[in-house]
Amino acid sequence: MDPLLSRLAGLSPEPDHRPWPRYRVDVGLWLRLREDLAAGRLDLLAEFAEPEEVHAVLFRPSPPGLAVASLPCPDGRFPALAALHLPAVRFERAIRDLVGLEPEGLPDRRPWLDHGRWPLTRPLASAPGPAADAADYPFLPVEGEGLHQIPVGPIHAGIIEPGHFRFTAAGETVVRLEERLGWVHKGIEARLRGTGIDDAARIVARVSGDSTVAWSWAFARAVEAACGVEPPPRAEWLRALLLELERLANHIGDIGAICNDAAFRLIHAHCGILRERVRRATAELTGHRFAMDRVVPGGVRIDPDAAALARLRRLADELGPAFEEIVAAYDDTPSLLDRTAGTGRLDPALARRFAAGGHVGRASGRAFDSRAQLAPSPYDALGFSPALREAGDVDARVWVRIDEVRESLRLIAAILDGLPGGPVRVEVPRRAGCGLGIAESFRGEVLVWLRLDAEGRVVRCHPRDPSWLQWPLLEAAIEGNIVADFPLCNKSFNCSYSGHDL
Amino acid sequence: MLRLYLRSLFAPPVSEPPPEPDPRALDELARALAQRARHRLGRSLAIRQVDAGSCNGCELEIHALDSAVYALERHGIRFVASPKHADVLLVTGPVTRNMAFALQRAFDCTPPPRWVVAAGDCACGCGVFAPSYALAGEDGAVERVIPVDLHIRGCPPTPLDLLRGLLALLEAADGRIAPAAGVPPRTG
Repeated sequence: MDPLLSRLAGLSPEPDHRPWPRYRVDVGLWLRLREDLAAGRLDLLAEFAEPEEVHAVLFRPSPPGLAVASLPCPDGRFPALAALHLPAVRFERAIRDLVGLEPEGLPDRRPWLDHGRWPLTRPLASAPGPAADAADYPFLPVEGEGLHQIPVGPIHAGIIEPGHFRFTAAGETVVRLEERLGWVHKGIEARLRGTGIDDAARIVARVSGDSTVAWSWAFARAVEAACGVEPPPRAEWLRALLLELERLANHIGDIGAICNDAAFRLIHAHCGILRERVRRATAELTGHRFAMDRVVPGGVRIDPDAAALARLRRLADELGPAFEEIVAAYDDTPSLLDRTAGTGRLDPALARRFAAGGHVGRASGRAFDSRAQLAPSPYDALGFSPALREAGDVDARVWVRIDEVRESLRLIAAILDGLPGGPVRVEVPRRAGCGLGIAESFRGEVLVWLRLDAEGRVVRCHPRDPSWLQWPLLEAAIEGNIVADFPLCNKSFNCSYSGHDL
Repeated sequence: MLRLYLRSLFAPPVSEPPPEPDPRALDELARALAQRARHRLGRSLAIRQVDAGSCNGCELEIHALDSAVYALERHGIRFVASPKHADVLLVTGPVTRNMAFALQRAFDCTPPPRWVVAAGDCACGCGVFAPSYALAGEDGAVERVIPVDLHIRGCPPTPLDLLRGLLALLEAADGRIAPAAGVPPRTG
């Protein structure tokens, strides 16, 4: 059975969309695709809109296939995918807020990103509306004997991004968590309209600063697809090198922070030292501690010499044993494992249904890593093997990170040993086109959809962070856990607020 | 695991020598600090960090400050959970319209004498997200919402940039610098 292709087989794809096909569909086909989503035959990776059209990025898990379905909305409405496929709820609430198209049958019609504080409404519509009054946000009703609510945020107690969590607890046990996000909405999509490729690259690089290399790479891939250019092999390998350094720094930091939230500071301290070494190595290689703006459309802006690469190779060799000491400390401390094992369990069926990427999905048995399935270059040449765990708890998410740190160290060594020579950048011609770019951030796959005009300016760019599909699952994973374990669960997910709020 | 414990107990500290305070920050602060306030703090600063719209890049570098390598606490600087316990609000931005009221409330809860540090290009009003309908005053500068005493530029500022700025704040609060006149604020 090949639902994706069989549904769309009779159609011819739009000519200007690369590398995956985009099909313009009618309402009947849209509804049948919705049934495929509801039945689990397809995954919904993204849903976003232009003023005249709504787009759904659809993924077929096996064999891997991807396509964009676009439904024209001449009268400003479309059948909500969320009516049958709940992972679409927040996408469609955001489409209402930002573009003003009406998803018919949307089960939750409360605003999402629009808190009623902007000087306009529907900022991405052809004609934005006048400012609305800030209305009280109605949280979902909760009824029952002895329940109490704990509101947290938007400003949290630690050094983390802002969001609001509304806990309903029976004694110490969480019976419901409801998230309210959108606090750090910066208007990124509206800001991107009309910008040139260089400016747009700098903005997309900061959709979520912790995954800046992944964002830059996904954007570069979208531009290269739209403009029909191929980056040189050396650039692709250097991009992978920077991406794996980024993954190392973030995963090591997360492992430490998770242990810290279980009050085990020693591992946090050692992870902090290792992470700083990775940041400094990145700075030495690229001139920036996060390698921001080093991956650009057409290639990379670095061309390290043999000595710099040799220094990095030595660091990769030293980090492994130091990291294994930390892993041993984690694995040998029963009081720590007592906090992480069995805590915040995410049901594998939910992870599949929401197409959860990154450690959230891979710790709950969803064998998806875009480095293997969708964007294999140059990983296919490096013999990449994705991590996978089944237990779905905090401990499993720690172990996925541990496995991925080990794999990143191996990949970095392999890249440094086999790095091809040649140019690191090619010229990107200015031309009209649409492109879709994907890169595997430490958090999961980031996706950039892009439409360029003939002068190479952005008509529409939609950056989709993996957190869109992970945040709702945190609400499910915390159910039945004690309130005091929420920081642990939240850190083990480590969803992005900025990447989600846009 | 024993090795890790022993090494943690007996290895020399990994913390590096601190940088000199940023002289430009000292100039800016000298104007901002009243003589009266200086003697209140001694050599201790309690910081409440507020992310008012950042991409999370600045937060990562602020986290790095707390690591053993930079060991912020040896300077008497520590992060606190409540603005009511804070001397300093360390604000990253751009300040979004959705967060402006929360930032204002955090400021109102911070007892005087208090200082506000705008950390990162976005908080200083010159980040990549401006201009935008969704940012306070369209550019998201922290000044659009609350008064700012010190600007630390960078995208993101490195831990050393942040440390230089905070050490300048500490020195200024300690009364070791005299108020300077006529130095224009470092913005844009």
